Amino acid sequence: MFWYLLRRLILVIPTLIGVAIAVFFLIRVMPGDVVVVKLRADGAAVSDETIAAERKRLGLDKPLYQQFADYMVGLTQFDLGKSLWTGESVGKEIALRAPVSFQIALMAGLIAILIAIPLGTLSALYRDSWIDHSVRVVAVSGLAIPSFWLGMLIILGLLSLFNWLPKIGYVPFWEDPITNLSVTIWPAASVGYRYAAVATRMMRSSLLEVMREDYIRTAKAKGVWTRLIMRRHALRNALLPVVTVIGLEFAFLIGGLVVTEQVFNINGIGKLFVDATARGDFNLIQGLVLFIATCFILINLAVDLLYGWLDPRIRLN
Amino acid sequence: MATIATTAAVDTLPKRPNALWQFIKAQPFGTAGLLIILVYVVCAFGAAWISPYNPEEIDFAAMLTRPSAVHWFGTDQYGRDVFSRIVYGSRTALAVGILSAVIGCTVGALIGAASGYFSGRIDTAIQRVVDIMLSFPIIVLAMVVVAVLGKRTAFGIDLNLIAAIALPIVPRMARVSRASTLSIVAMPFIDAARAAGFGHNRIILRHIVPNIVAPYLIMVSASMAQAILLEASLSFLGLGVTEPTAAWGLMLSGTSADFYQTAPWMILFPGVAITLAVFAFNLFGDSLRDWLDPKLKS
Repeated sequence: MFWYLLRRLILVIPTLIGVAIAVFFLIRVMPGDVVVVKLRADGAAVSDETIAAERKRLGLDKPLYQQFADYMVGLTQFDLGKSLWTGESVGKEIALRAPVSFQIALMAGLIAILIAIPLGTLSALYRDSWIDHSVRVVAVSGLAIPSFWLGMLIILGLLSLFNWLPKIGYVPFWEDPITNLSVTIWPAASVGYRYAAVATRMMRSSLLEVMREDYIRTAKAKGVWTRLIMRRHALRNALLPVVTVIGLEFAFLIGGLVVTEQVFNINGIGKLFVDATARGDFNLIQGLVLFIATCFILINLAVDLLYGWLDPRIRLN
Repeated sequence: MATIATTAAVDTLPKRPNALWQFIKAQPFGTAGLLIILVYVVCAFGAAWISPYNPEEIDFAAMLTRPSAVHWFGTDQYGRDVFSRIVYGSRTALAVGILSAVIGCTVGALIGAASGYFSGRIDTAIQRVVDIMLSFPIIVLAMVVVAVLGKRTAFGIDLNLIAAIALPIVPRMARVSRASTLSIVAMPFIDAARAAGFGHNRIILRHIVPNIVAPYLIMVSASMAQAILLEASLSFLGLGVTEPTAAWGLMLSGTSADFYQTAPWMILFPGVAITLAVFAFNLFGDSLRDWLDPKLKS
């Protein structure tokens, strides 16, 4: 297991390098000039000299290969450069915002799993009954409702029912768990709904598939209780595709978070990214994209490892 | 491009008296989705006749009025009619959604087909790029494009916004079309075409592309739902469509959050419009998949 883990971790490195290169070229090689976009936004009259000076200050006048070399050397030392807006190091800006986003993402994932596994199982067990139909309606609407709008509905509901709104501002969990949860639970629920919906659908269909397997029929023929069949034979096998989907959908979760943080005024990675994009702070954008992609790759690695744990046949290969 | 694709699709289907009628009979849910989509299409084309007010007309005498017979969905903080803005918003949503889904899928399909057809080093290189592009969350990739390209408007549509939404679709479609291409390349008629001395372009365009039309159509309809959602999200963030253009995401953004209690209709109706559109495209896409690809039927 240790060697497997090590091998998988080493395999992550080339992907990360590829991502770093892709981010660099996406930002610099695409048609369009970041400086011009930034300075001449809304048709402001900015002289060519000012633009040239700004390019020089940002190091954009250097040849591309040199910019690339500087960037890659910086990366090996975990140096993501400085924000063009605040002048703080990008790493510090991200470290400041990461905890709240991580917590919300984790809670959303937990909500999704806690909802999806029981609901999907119920739906598959009582296939074509009213339970199944209502679960499927809930799941299908989860795919259609934009998470930010769900967030707005939650705020609307809280206001009209309790005339209460969560506080603005993040308190670490260990300092004040109640305030912390009262702030983070709502965005987690709004992005978690879609996550739960996707996982529920997957749980339902994969359980239905597993239930058709020969070993389930054999167990039934032996007269094993349905509950025991579910627990011993069906659930663990049905979980495999669900775990995959949870990993793949993590990207969606981040996407939802980027938008939803705006609704709840949460100062996390998403809000930082939106601000950076609006200001054309491309150093910060570069660092953030790299950070988010790294998280995504690591999550998928974790999912693969979980896969190995759920299904020993995979581990051996 | 779109018309070519549609005709080709009908050719690949088993010859039936009427493909549309068959679809309606076999897929009631998909038909419901299609009907909702049609309503939006009618709204988009007939916006000028359907909407009772000019969507951009400011009327301070009618600020924040409740939904009533005069203003069906109420008015916003500038006195603009919410119903009219939603009707006009369907124009923005469909234009951006359909264009970016079709462009993204077409580019992706061609890249995937080339990747699967040429195999070897070209395939490996393309697949590496696709893998890397897939490790960016969709909205993150779109936001980078928006940040780098800025805005470029033509015919009242932001072309760069379409590029931003189309780009994340490309690697996803490339994956799908490569997989389909691989199974087609193994068929004898491709060997025959090669033996007949046809060039790569001709084999890809005339022999492979018509055979990957089914997955292409499925991806287009699925991507449309995603593109509409993405456009709404970007506009909501202030990175997509800008004022005073009517767009659903934009209607939810900015100061509309200050009116939760005084004017909840400003938040309810645009969100319903987005949800219903995404729902309809998803429903239609799922049914289309079941119908075109019987292997996937459960």
